[in-house]
Amino acid sequence: MTMNKLFRTLFFMLVVRPLVLVVLGLNVRRKALLPEKGPAVIIANHNSHLDTLALMSLFPISMLPRLRPVAAMDYFMTNPWLSWFALNIIGIIPLQRKVKAGSSDPLAGAVAALENGDILILFPEGSRGEPEQLGQFKTGVAHLVKRCPEVPVIPVYLHGLGMVLPKGEFILVPFFCDVFIGESLDWQGDRNLFMQRMTSAMDALAVEGGFPPWE
Amino acid sequence: MIDTVPQPVLWALGGVYALLIFSSLLVRVLQKRTGKDYRELSDRIRSWWVMVTIFTLAIVVNSTLSIIFLGMVSFLALKEFLSMISTRRADRRVVLWAFLAIPIQFYFVAISWYGMFIIFIPVYMFLLMPARMIMTGQTEGFLKAAGVLHWGLMTTVFSISHAAYLLALPVEQNPQAGGAGLLFYLVFLTQFNDVAQFTWGKLLGLHPVVPKVSPKKTREGLLGGVLTTTLMAWLIAPYLTPLSYEWALGAGLLIGIGGFIGDVVISAIKRDIGIKDSGNMIPGHGGIMDRIDSLTFTAPLFFHYIYYLHY
Repeated sequence: MTMNKLFRTLFFMLVVRPLVLVVLGLNVRRKALLPEKGPAVIIANHNSHLDTLALMSLFPISMLPRLRPVAAMDYFMTNPWLSWFALNIIGIIPLQRKVKAGSSDPLAGAVAALENGDILILFPEGSRGEPEQLGQFKTGVAHLVKRCPEVPVIPVYLHGLGMVLPKGEFILVPFFCDVFIGESLDWQGDRNLFMQRMTSAMDALAVEGGFPPWE
Repeated sequence: MIDTVPQPVLWALGGVYALLIFSSLLVRVLQKRTGKDYRELSDRIRSWWVMVTIFTLAIVVNSTLSIIFLGMVSFLALKEFLSMISTRRADRRVVLWAFLAIPIQFYFVAISWYGMFIIFIPVYMFLLMPARMIMTGQTEGFLKAAGVLHWGLMTTVFSISHAAYLLALPVEQNPQAGGAGLLFYLVFLTQFNDVAQFTWGKLLGLHPVVPKVSPKKTREGLLGGVLTTTLMAWLIAPYLTPLSYEWALGAGLLIGIGGFIGDVVISAIKRDIGIKDSGNMIPGHGGIMDRIDSLTFTAPLFFHYIYYLHY
C-alpha cells in the first residue's frame, strides 16, 4: 500500500505535473472556487483521457490521496495491467455503467468515498464522445447527490484537451487548454431540477470562452 | 560545462537589475505618495523580475542552454499561436509536424549549420506541411490552414531562432562580448524599446499612428521610443558588439522601428481573431506572444544587419 502510494506521488510529480505544465499549459479561471477539502464532487465534460489528469493537477500534491476519479469498470478493469494502474496510480473508483436488475449497489464505492471525505471526479457524459463537443448528461450524479445531499457539486468546463489527445488517438499534440470553474451546485430535493441546473451551469461555462467549434 | 561569461555581459546584466530595482522602488514610492492603484504596473515589474532572472540563468550558464531556452520560448509561442487561432481537426497531425520543426531548427542553430538554418522552415517546412495536409484530403479551408501554420512557424520559430543563431556566430569577430553580448544587445534593446515607446506615449502621446490597429500607440510614443532606443543602442554598442558608432545608430533605428512594427502586427492578428491578450502566462503582460511580438521582427532584422556587416 505505501509502495503504491509512493509510486502514485512520484507519477504525479514527475509525469503528470511536467506534462500539464509543458505540453498543455492550463488557463484556469476562478481557481478559488475549487474545494479546499472533501467531501465534494467535481463534475466535468469529458473529451480525453487527459481530462482526469488535468483536473487532478489543479489540486496540491498533498491532497492526492483524497482525489478519486470515478471511472468505467468495463473500460479500465478488463486488462490486469490497466486495472492495476487505474486503481493504484490514478486511484479510481470503478463504476459499473450498465446496471442489471438485482445486482449490488453501483454507487456504494462513490458514497463510501464521500463519507470518507474524498473529492470525487465525475464525468456525467459517461464517456469521452465526439472531440470537443458536449454530450447529454447521465443521471448517475443526481442519484449520488441525492444520497449525499450536503456535498457540494462543482462544475468544471474543460476545453482543448480533446484536441491534445482525442478518443482513439495515442499521440499528444500540444495546445493550451482552458479550465473554467463554476459556482458549486447544491441538492434542492429534485432530480430533474438538479439535472437542469447542472446542464445549464455547464452550458454557461461552455460558451464563456467563445471557442469556435473544432472541425 | 559552464562557459566564462564575458565581462561586458555581466556588467550589462547588472545594469538591467539596477533598472529593475529602480523601477520597483519608484512604483512603491508613487503608490505611497499618490495613493493610486498601481497593481498592473507592479504586476508587470514583478514579471520582468522573473523573466530577467530566467534570461540571466539561460545566458550565464552556457550557449547550449541559451539555445535550448530560446527553443522553449519558440515552443510556448507556437503553442500559444496555434491555440488562439482555430486549427482544423483534420490538421491535428500537421500541427504536430510544425512542433517537431522546433528541435530540428534549433539543432541546426546549435551546430552552426547556417545554410540549413536559413532554408529549413522557409523552404522545406513550407513544402512539407501542405504535402502532409493533402494526405488527409480535406480541401475546405486548405489555403487558410496552410497559410496560418506556416505564418506561425515563420514568426514564432524561424524569427526567434535568429536570436539563438547570434550565439552560434564565431567569437573572433566580437572578442570582448561574444554571441552572448549580441543576444543581450538584441533582447535588451527590443524590450527597452517596448518600455520606452509605452512611457513616451503615456507622457506625451496625442496623435495615434495606427488608430485602426492599436489606438493607444501614438506618434509621440513611437518617435520618443525610437530615439531613446537609438541613443541606448549607440551607448552600449562598443561594449557588446563589433559595431562602430555610426552603424550602431543604424542598429538602434532598425530595432526601434522593427520592434514597433512587430508589436502592431501581432496586435492586428489579435484584433482579427477578436482577443485582447494572446494568453495569460505572464501576469501584467498577457501571453508569451504579447512579450515577444517585437522580437519576431527585430531578431531577423538585427541578425542579418550584423551578419552582413561583420560575419
